[in-house]
Amino acid sequence: MALLEAENVSFSYDKKNMAVKNVSLSVDEGEYVAIIGHNGSGKSTLARLFNALLIPDSGKITVDGFCSSDKNALFEIRRRVGVVFQNPDNQLVASIVEDDVAFGPENLGVKREEIGERIEYALKAVGMEKFRKSSPTRLSGGQKQRIAIAGVLALKPGILVLDESTAMLDPQGRKEILEVVRKLNAEDRVTVIAITHYMEEVLHADKVFVVNDGGIAMQGTPAEIFRRAKEIKQMGLELPLAAYIAEKLRQRGVPVPEGIMTEEELAEALCVLLPKI
Amino acid sequence: MRIVAENLSYVYSEKSKSLAVQALSGVSVTVESGEFFGIVGKTGSGKSTFVQHLNGLIKVGKDKGKLTVGDFDLTDKRCDYRALRSRVGMVFQYPEYQLFAETVREDVAFGLKNFMPDLGENDMEERIKTALELVGLDYEKIKDKSPFELSGGQKRRVAIAGVIVTRPEILVLDEPAAGLDPKGKREFIALLKRLHEKFVKTVIIVSHDMNLISENCDRAAVFSGGRIVAVGTPKEIFTDNEDILSDGLDLPLTAYVTKRLKEQGIDVNNDLTEEGFISAVALKYGGGK
Repeated sequence: MALLEAENVSFSYDKKNMAVKNVSLSVDEGEYVAIIGHNGSGKSTLARLFNALLIPDSGKITVDGFCSSDKNALFEIRRRVGVVFQNPDNQLVASIVEDDVAFGPENLGVKREEIGERIEYALKAVGMEKFRKSSPTRLSGGQKQRIAIAGVLALKPGILVLDESTAMLDPQGRKEILEVVRKLNAEDRVTVIAITHYMEEVLHADKVFVVNDGGIAMQGTPAEIFRRAKEIKQMGLELPLAAYIAEKLRQRGVPVPEGIMTEEELAEALCVLLPKI
Repeated sequence: MRIVAENLSYVYSEKSKSLAVQALSGVSVTVESGEFFGIVGKTGSGKSTFVQHLNGLIKVGKDKGKLTVGDFDLTDKRCDYRALRSRVGMVFQYPEYQLFAETVREDVAFGLKNFMPDLGENDMEERIKTALELVGLDYEKIKDKSPFELSGGQKRRVAIAGVIVTRPEILVLDEPAAGLDPKGKREFIALLKRLHEKFVKTVIIVSHDMNLISENCDRAAVFSGGRIVAVGTPKEIFTDNEDILSDGLDLPLTAYVTKRLKEQGIDVNNDLTEEGFISAVALKYGGGK
């Protein structure tokens, strides 16, 4: 059975315009799933539906057997689905890093000794154990966002939802977060749902859902999705830059193979194709 | 208006021993009137401190170097900052968060009223209309709307209109494309190019996005540790410049692939724009057949 499942889910903020329309999708344990879509496509609404911050108007969301429309299940769902949002400055609550990470488990009533262990685990998982006693205000954006992730990990959530969590970071900060998330997925078997419009962040996903106009417009592996360049463009998205340039080169008669998605792959393909003079 | 910085330095909390931070050390650079100029560097490299000097948000300290913007001498105590700020427009990161008025019209009018209180009612309306149209919005349709009911992209356009309404000669933007989706980003950059061609003489963008810089800028300066470590065309900056990479900055994709090819003995000399790169590769391929 899927760990998280949405069945025909619809949601509207104002009872007029549908933000999410009849969405069905499933995420298995240990998967790395990416959800992409342009601004206003409904992807952030989905994130909020996943951890029961919003409840579907119709259809249902089930997490590990708990349905979000059941009021008694909210607590269980939120323990299992941790969301990291976009702005690191809006997510930290305490003046010392370890207090911030402890905030969630304290609210869950976790025992004192265990909280200590969880802080240690969570800070180590994001590579911030040296900053345990630091003040979050003195950290960089990428470091703050890693603390926000640690705060979620301390709840041992099982599913980590990243709602454009790298959008406000510089390239260095973005790399830090991606490395941490990939490691959590690979080593600690944390299920990841990454919501983004950076195409480069989609490449490592097992499965991609493209959201357009509140509904799921495409799904598949990154390679399957990016083969459909025209549709991607119609939905206000773009190919990863390397794939975009590869396509332009093909149009100009340079037979670059299909399926190139990274700058390394593009460089290697051109090394083979071009004459050495 | 030409910008000339000579040996510019700045220290935050200079009087405190424990908190003092040297943000700029001896920065010298000239930005010519009419340039589309890029400023890159890691977080904390001093680039924001530098651009905040340009309209006097940060004042040049005593014995901290020289800075002139056109005829404005920013080291002179009598410098007219109000006049300077109407000539040098500053757009911060996520400018849409700074919208505050009840209608789009009032929001755009705010800066204008402050900078040019003597402007007549008709002139003022004309300027607001022009500014909104320049950023691609329909004046009649949007002027009475609340800024808060607009989409993210529209809000950002309104915020820019509120800056260009004073008709600045220099427009400085900090991370102009941050948070926009790919289509929004492309449209927004096209808007900046249009403004540069028709309305503002000089555009300065601060960005972490190297592809954006190599694609659009005439020249750029690379900041590191409060200094400028490289300045020139994207081609000059991103070719044979290993010290930039060692500072944790990425190369633009075009520069990365060009470099990798060169290491294999394949020379695709180009200006590092997408079009320049694609043409050079296509030519090389055609010539080798």
